[in-house]
Amino acid sequence: MIQFIVHDEDDSVGVVTVEGLKANDTLKGWIMDQDVLIDIKINQDIPIGHKLAIKDLNEDDTVIKYGVDIGRTISKIAVGDHLHVHNVKTKRW
Amino acid sequence: MINLDQKIYGYRRDNNRVGIRNYVVILPVDDISNAACEAVSNNIKGTIALPHPYGRLQFGEDLDLHFRTMIGTGANPNVAAVVVIGIEPDWTQKIVDGIAATGKPVQGFSIEKKGDIQTIADASKAAYDMVHYASGLQREPCDISEIWVSTKCGESDTTSGFGANPTVGNAFDKLYEKQSTLLFGETSEITGGEHLVKARCANDAVADQFMFMFNRYQDMIERWKTDDLSDSQPTKGNIEGGLTTIEEKALGNIQKIGKKCMVDGVLDKAEMPTSKGLWFMDSSSAAAEMVTLCAASGYVAHLFPTGQGNIIGNPILPVIKVCANPRTVRTMSEHVDVDVTALLKRDINMDQAGDMLLESLIHTSNGRMTAAEILGHQEFVLTRLYESA
Repeated sequence: MIQFIVHDEDDSVGVVTVEGLKANDTLKGWIMDQDVLIDIKINQDIPIGHKLAIKDLNEDDTVIKYGVDIGRTISKIAVGDHLHVHNVKTKRW
Repeated sequence: MINLDQKIYGYRRDNNRVGIRNYVVILPVDDISNAACEAVSNNIKGTIALPHPYGRLQFGEDLDLHFRTMIGTGANPNVAAVVVIGIEPDWTQKIVDGIAATGKPVQGFSIEKKGDIQTIADASKAAYDMVHYASGLQREPCDISEIWVSTKCGESDTTSGFGANPTVGNAFDKLYEKQSTLLFGETSEITGGEHLVKARCANDAVADQFMFMFNRYQDMIERWKTDDLSDSQPTKGNIEGGLTTIEEKALGNIQKIGKKCMVDGVLDKAEMPTSKGLWFMDSSSAAAEMVTLCAASGYVAHLFPTGQGNIIGNPILPVIKVCANPRTVRTMSEHVDVDVTALLKRDINMDQAGDMLLESLIHTSNGRMTAAEILGHQEFVLTRLYESA
């Protein structure tokens, strides 16, 4: 069963699409544009709809989703980390 | 594959536009005429009053927008006939004249020198005749391309960008091929993806108009903001649903214009399209405001993708909800018209999801009520540009 989805293989993030996932679960993911399946272990509980990092990111890196810039990191983020408003901010406004 | 050459059954109006509903509207010019409109609507069954809080001492572009919204709402092909009630005769007549250009029955009443009770009696008699007229009209076969379709998303989350929004995009691509008249907007919610919309504009003139509208909205936000808008855009519901930044929300948002449609023209708020194709309308991203503007621009069906579960409806424009979030479909199923959660499980593809939504559009056009209609959602919310004088 698919547990997270990635738009494009060059993206930094995937999105959890099922409820109740816990830290240390290994998730089955689907990269839509390339139609490829991948596995990633998550480091925290991640709610449905929220993002996990599928690439290691440094502080002040650009986060890519849909192949496009969606903001900047404000701390280091590892593969499998929950990625959201606590570690990523807009570059606008 | 859905057959888009089948006929739908709609109401053809005197100006040759097609409606899919048949309302007799009691329309207040201003806030203080709401009571009379609601009284007429109580007296005469088969009418709806559209109370709102504005229409006094507005001026300049804001007043122009008020008139466009009032006239556009009355002129909408989902409306068979209109009673207009205002405190003063001049502005009332201006709205009556605007609606009368469509050829539909419309009558205006002003309250000064008569009072509420006499006005309500006179307007009720007019409304009585209009209900007789409207209820005698028959649906007739029309082309699907005659149904003007708008879109706006709400309470979006990450499943919107994967599922519900590209489902609308797929449906829009198919309608565009049939030369439908389509609309999207939500100017602030394109922030981060404006280069992608600009690249889809049919020519340089349209691209320049789009960027003018986009930059005008950015300037407004820069003028009034007190922070990075992370309490408002994305909304708390968006953030709860996993959307982190406006850029991420915008990229999900613009999935609604599909992969093939070009942006053929640009409208200011509540302006009417002048030809077929996909139009961008400068507009708020707040659901009820945006959908009210779509109705005022003449759109008769609305595709509304949601993630966390926006429950909005409109008094004259049927709003069809499509959702890909399994938690929302489980907990709020009465608000969802089209369930595309199977997309995220890889059980159906985008083409099939788009067809499911088009199937629902055809049923809705033929008269089946949407979730929002059945639940009585009639949000009529006017956009204001600045304070009254």
